[in-house]
Amino acid sequence: MPEIIVLAMACAILLADLFFKRRFKSLMYWASQATLGMAAIAAAMHSSAHSRIVMHGMMIADRLSTVLEVSIFALTAVVFVYSKAYIAERGIFKSEYFVLALLGVVGMCVMVSAAHFLSLYLGLELLSLCLYAMLALQRDSISATESAMKYFVLAALSSGLLLYGMSMLYGATGSLEISKVAAILATLSRHNLVATLGLVFVLSGLAFKLGAVPFHMWIPDVYEGAPTSVTLYIGAAPKVAAFALFLRLLVAGLHGLSGSWQDMLILLSVLSMALGNIVAIAQTNLKRMLAYSAISHMGFLLLGILSARTSGYADAMFYALVYAFMTLGAFGVIILMSRKGFEAEQLDDLRGLHQRSPWYAFVMLLFMFSMAGVPPTLGFYAKLAVIQAIVSAGFYGLAVSAVLFSVIGAFYYLRVVKLMYFDAPQDSHALRGSRDLRWVLSLNGVAMIALVPWVGTFIAVCRATVHGLP
Amino acid sequence: MMATAMGFYKQAALTLAIWLPIVCGMVILGVGRRWPKSVRPLAAIGSVLTFIVTIPLWALFHAQRSVMQFRERVAWIPAFHVNYALGVDGISLPLVLLTSLIGIIVVIAGWQVIKDRVPEYFAAFLIMEGLMIGVFCALDALLFYVFWEAMLIPMFLIIGIWGGPNRVYATIKFFLYTFLGSVLMLVALLYLYFQAGESFNILSYYHLHLGETAQILIFLAFLIAFAVKIPMWPVHTWLPDAHVEAPTGGSVVLAALMLKMGAYGFLRFSLPIVPLASHVLAGFMITLSLIAVVYIGLVALVQEDMKKLIAYSSIAHMGFVTLGIFLFNRFAMDGAIVQMISHGFVSAALFLCVGVLYDRVHSREISAYGGVVNRMPVFAAFMMLFAMANSGLPGTSGFVGEFLVILGAFKVNIWYAFLAATTLVSGAAYTLWMYKRVIFGPVTKPAVAALSDISPRETSFLLVLSMAVLALGIWPFPLLHMMNATIHHLLWRPGVRLMAGAP
Repeated sequence: MPEIIVLAMACAILLADLFFKRRFKSLMYWASQATLGMAAIAAAMHSSAHSRIVMHGMMIADRLSTVLEVSIFALTAVVFVYSKAYIAERGIFKSEYFVLALLGVVGMCVMVSAAHFLSLYLGLELLSLCLYAMLALQRDSISATESAMKYFVLAALSSGLLLYGMSMLYGATGSLEISKVAAILATLSRHNLVATLGLVFVLSGLAFKLGAVPFHMWIPDVYEGAPTSVTLYIGAAPKVAAFALFLRLLVAGLHGLSGSWQDMLILLSVLSMALGNIVAIAQTNLKRMLAYSAISHMGFLLLGILSARTSGYADAMFYALVYAFMTLGAFGVIILMSRKGFEAEQLDDLRGLHQRSPWYAFVMLLFMFSMAGVPPTLGFYAKLAVIQAIVSAGFYGLAVSAVLFSVIGAFYYLRVVKLMYFDAPQDSHALRGSRDLRWVLSLNGVAMIALVPWVGTFIAVCRATVHGLP
Repeated sequence: MMATAMGFYKQAALTLAIWLPIVCGMVILGVGRRWPKSVRPLAAIGSVLTFIVTIPLWALFHAQRSVMQFRERVAWIPAFHVNYALGVDGISLPLVLLTSLIGIIVVIAGWQVIKDRVPEYFAAFLIMEGLMIGVFCALDALLFYVFWEAMLIPMFLIIGIWGGPNRVYATIKFFLYTFLGSVLMLVALLYLYFQAGESFNILSYYHLHLGETAQILIFLAFLIAFAVKIPMWPVHTWLPDAHVEAPTGGSVVLAALMLKMGAYGFLRFSLPIVPLASHVLAGFMITLSLIAVVYIGLVALVQEDMKKLIAYSSIAHMGFVTLGIFLFNRFAMDGAIVQMISHGFVSAALFLCVGVLYDRVHSREISAYGGVVNRMPVFAAFMMLFAMANSGLPGTSGFVGEFLVILGAFKVNIWYAFLAATTLVSGAAYTLWMYKRVIFGPVTKPAVAALSDISPRETSFLLVLSMAVLALGIWPFPLLHMMNATIHHLLWRPGVRLMAGAP
């Protein structure tokens, strides 16, 4: 099991750090990367077409868990590449960063392969605990500490909601095992009050983890306050894991209540798209803007889920993965522009980037147009997929509102392009960055357009992955 | 040997025409910084090769047949049944040829003028050329949409980087306007996708039987997308801004090619897919077109800025195109397409003329000039021809299109014809009045006194365009012949034919 490898290696790295002290710093980095690589190979080798319930009904091993685990490993590996130089310059290049991130990865893996409310909750809490600590890693930074505090209070509250909802579902069905809950719910009447109430709480907890309006308050503050390397980590893989929670809990577990959660998700989705896109226009801080953009993207992601069709889940999964790589890239550019003693986090810091570095301006342009959903970038196909899903489910009005919000959203992405290409630079420092950061970032950017001919393959993989879901 | 080469060409011609300029643009982006000297020759080679690739299309095209020719088809996104499907018929082929010809002219026009970020400039134009050919060739609705939207990115950068003082406002307005128009089209396409049993094949949409409400909604969704691009009154306001601020090459591409995409959309999508709605809303469309012809013609009269004047004149001329399309008869439809091609030449030429003056004097104000003929006689002669063509003088291409549309309007309603014919007065008034103020009169401005006549480079593209304008005006038969069968087929399609008045 890949989780075991990651867990064991995380402990080993922690111990090794005690013995080697500060002499082999880059060893920690390479050991973490190797861990992720090994775990990915292990996950791929253990994959099977049939789903198996293991560990006394606690975990499930199926295509979905394999694919999502591998993507979580890949995303985290990219995060490590991007953040290596950044954390070294800010004095948080410690083994703790890697150990916490790896333990968070374990949490995420448990989340995506949970077959039981308890294991699901455990995975979620493991991830959250690691995130609290990572946010506060830069001890002397007031904003980082503040964001850690905020995140801690709100995440604890939302976990409470989730747990409360689970307990209600337990009351209604008498089981904590997701498959059993689903089977029993199917026999209950559609208007079982306890189950519906439980659903409301569970959904609030899930929406918080995803960052959908009205449970989005933490996102802008945490994104802005955290060191960019940590924002990078929070913004990518945990979104994929949260998406997996939706599939495991709502789709696999509470399919009997799909009518109710569809209505709730429509509301969450429209609100997220509206608020995310409109408020992002007013931001002057790049990280905050990307935070609001994340909120709106989660609204789009929910569209795929709320179609309540298997193909829609595949579309949402495609969206989640494309989004995760886009957001990594956008934060990667921020990291590239930052240097020791200077955080490039205002929109104005992007001014004239094209004159300072045409290539990275182009890379950022690809990310921005991809996020705005302009063809031919990958982001367009992701949006197309989810909108196609809701049109097939008959939600025409929702489809129209989604595309209109994407037009509103296009404005602030265009503004970034405008700043980079049309304005004169204020800052004449050359962009520095380690060679691996530059290479991976370039690859990440070019992928936004170069992978387009293979969109069909990706969607086919996603479809095969969610095949077993109801 | 010859046969296999021919067979290969027939299967790959459109792909080549689309991707050759795009790849060339990418290469320029890649090498342009290291070898700045190679940029202009590479751009010239790319555009000329594209033109060469498209010429045999004309020779090998079977004008008697209305079906799609040079078809290609490869599965692309099987999950959504999207194919990379291309083909041309009598409506799209002239536009493809126009695009590849204008492509060369744009490259020549920017040859010496552009000094800032040269590789990016030529790359953007070449990529855009390929994308536009893609729009005209796509037979798959999603592929069409991708090309249609992808074009916004290079155009956004062209206006924003190389444009005039107010360029940022203009380019963001341009992008958001057209983006807003197109996203609703996407929803309509997705609706059609499910109605046609999960297919994005445009031709399969022609056989759908849709209810009247659905047809009208789809028509409106398409209308927003196409009307913004054309642009029709009242969604035309982005065009003067974009034109005025764009560099000369950008204006040429906008006027000569991008505006045609909207009209092409009506012919490829609205008319055949939702014929009933097209008939129901024809009166509405005709009204909008006539407002564009009459009102925008008057607006053009009072412009002080040459580029703005030509931009408004473009809107008025495109009003003629939409008028011709929605009259549903043979003359008007022929006239609409001839007008599209003719306007492609004439507006391109006029923008190039303004560009020639702007490069020397750095002003677009009409009042900054006067007496240019004394210093630039050859240029004045060329511009005379294009001004005449713009006002619809017989013997130039401008006359053929306008005459056919007015003729078609007569068959439907004499008042339509009357209102449309006012353009002959207003068009002549605004164009020739501008010409008089700029070219004739005594030389009073020092900037004009210092002018020198056009260079061989400038002569070359003006000469090519003037020959095209005259050829199309004197002998339009080859063009009419090329599109004859396709238009006949379109108008005799069940549903389209419904309208009174035989085609």
